[in-house]
Amino acid sequence: MTNEDIKTYITTHTPEATFDETGEWLNIIVYPNQLKTLATILNGQPMQLDFLFCLTCVDYKTHLTMVYHLTSSKDRTINIVLKANLDRTQPLIETVCDIWRTAEFHEREVFEMFGVQFINHPDLRKLILEDGFKGYPLRKDFEDPINMIKL
Amino acid sequence: MYNETEIIKDTTELGPDGELVINMGPQHPATHGVLHLVVTLNGETIKKIEPHLGYIHRSIEKMCESLTYRQFIYVTSRMDYLSSHINNTACALLVEKGMQIEVPERAKVVRTILNELTRIASHELWIGAMAMDLGAFTPFFYAFREREMITDIMEDTCGARLTMNYIVPGGLMYDIHPEFQTKVKAFVKQFKEKVTEYEDLVTGNVIFQSRTKGIGVLTAEDAISYGCTGPVARASGVKCDMRKIAPYDAYDRVEFDEIIETDGDSFTRYLVRVKEMNQSIRIIEQLIDNIPEGEFVGKTKNVLKLAKGEFYQRVETARGELGVYIVSEGGTTPHRIKFRSPGFSNLSVLDHISKGSKIGDLMATMGTLDLVIPDIDR
Repeated sequence: MTNEDIKTYITTHTPEATFDETGEWLNIIVYPNQLKTLATILNGQPMQLDFLFCLTCVDYKTHLTMVYHLTSSKDRTINIVLKANLDRTQPLIETVCDIWRTAEFHEREVFEMFGVQFINHPDLRKLILEDGFKGYPLRKDFEDPINMIKL
Repeated sequence: MYNETEIIKDTTELGPDGELVINMGPQHPATHGVLHLVVTLNGETIKKIEPHLGYIHRSIEKMCESLTYRQFIYVTSRMDYLSSHINNTACALLVEKGMQIEVPERAKVVRTILNELTRIASHELWIGAMAMDLGAFTPFFYAFREREMITDIMEDTCGARLTMNYIVPGGLMYDIHPEFQTKVKAFVKQFKEKVTEYEDLVTGNVIFQSRTKGIGVLTAEDAISYGCTGPVARASGVKCDMRKIAPYDAYDRVEFDEIIETDGDSFTRYLVRVKEMNQSIRIIEQLIDNIPEGEFVGKTKNVLKLAKGEFYQRVETARGELGVYIVSEGGTTPHRIKFRSPGFSNLSVLDHISKGSKIGDLMATMGTLDLVIPDIDR
């Protein structure tokens, strides 16, 4: 399946999706409310992107971007990057951990590090940081007066 | 760290369904690091396992945001400290890909040999530690005898035994030790003679087999869904070897088999690792006599700057697929860096595969997942 085929296939299901081919892999940018639907479609036939090998978030100072790296266990040469831009003050997106179980831990990490709220996540608690920790350490404006890492 | 009610539970008082909650770790001899598992039991049967992480969280991702592309490689040695060469390779490859740096053939071959030596050393340590958790003490000494030879080779060549920091963007930090080839050949010879000893001691052992066969079974579907990689996934029949899928360094010119088994239990995960060691030896044998002459490091600029954009590099560590994701704004430091560590995903499957088994079997399941805690916490 070439990038063109994938683009046509996605456009038929999500006409609002935009594409970015400047990087190594095809990037698909969608609105946060469409992400869950598109993820379900990509996981099913005929794409079968059943392997979520990286889930993370990037702080661009003006907005947050959720980044999902997907591939198919049948054909590991197909690699797709799914992205959704989130509002920085109220980041809200639906969980994908019922599609890919690995997302459960990764989303908990993003939740504590970036403050992204995942709708319908079964167990959204802090995973690595201590319970009373204030702030979201991987955001660019995070300030810690005692243990700030500056080199 | 955690509030008192959560961590100290009165163990004499049982929950509503006769449930008993015990804390395993963070100081526990079998977790080999500060892993804290809150295990909910019904009698001896495991109902739920909840990992509590963060005891060795050093915020490596945040740290790397303020380090240059030459500096950040050294931090990654401290992630999965048993695969430090491979972590360094991943970062070096990413910077080389982003800047189109030409790597000399000599560096590529040496990197591959060192990566495979690291893999063997890691599996040796694992075999010893896991057998010890299951009550067999002798394999530990047998495994460390060979591992010691590798750490000696590393010490000669890199100056360190654990956190090597030998691989830099463009090639190697300095040339290999004059006795490198002789010592590696001596190691290969000894390993081939002695590997049968492990088989005699552990593989055919009735106690070991009855403690691992059919324990912690992971199906292929679950392995994919939970994002498992490395020997854990390959024991369940999932093809996921990055050295085959996206060859880097000199892996495209060597012959080796990707070990695939289908049973998915603890014993199979053990077998996959033992067979993998033999494949690593095969790779080393093909390369050790053919190290090309020439430069050991390519020409690079003094200040490394990655172009604006996103980069992703995947390598196969001893534990599975390590992914390095960098978002660059065009400066000398990364804007955002994410390490997709294999241990993190492999740990998430622990609750699923040990549900319903006995607490004693947890050692076998956890041991064969080969968890390295600094790799999980980062």
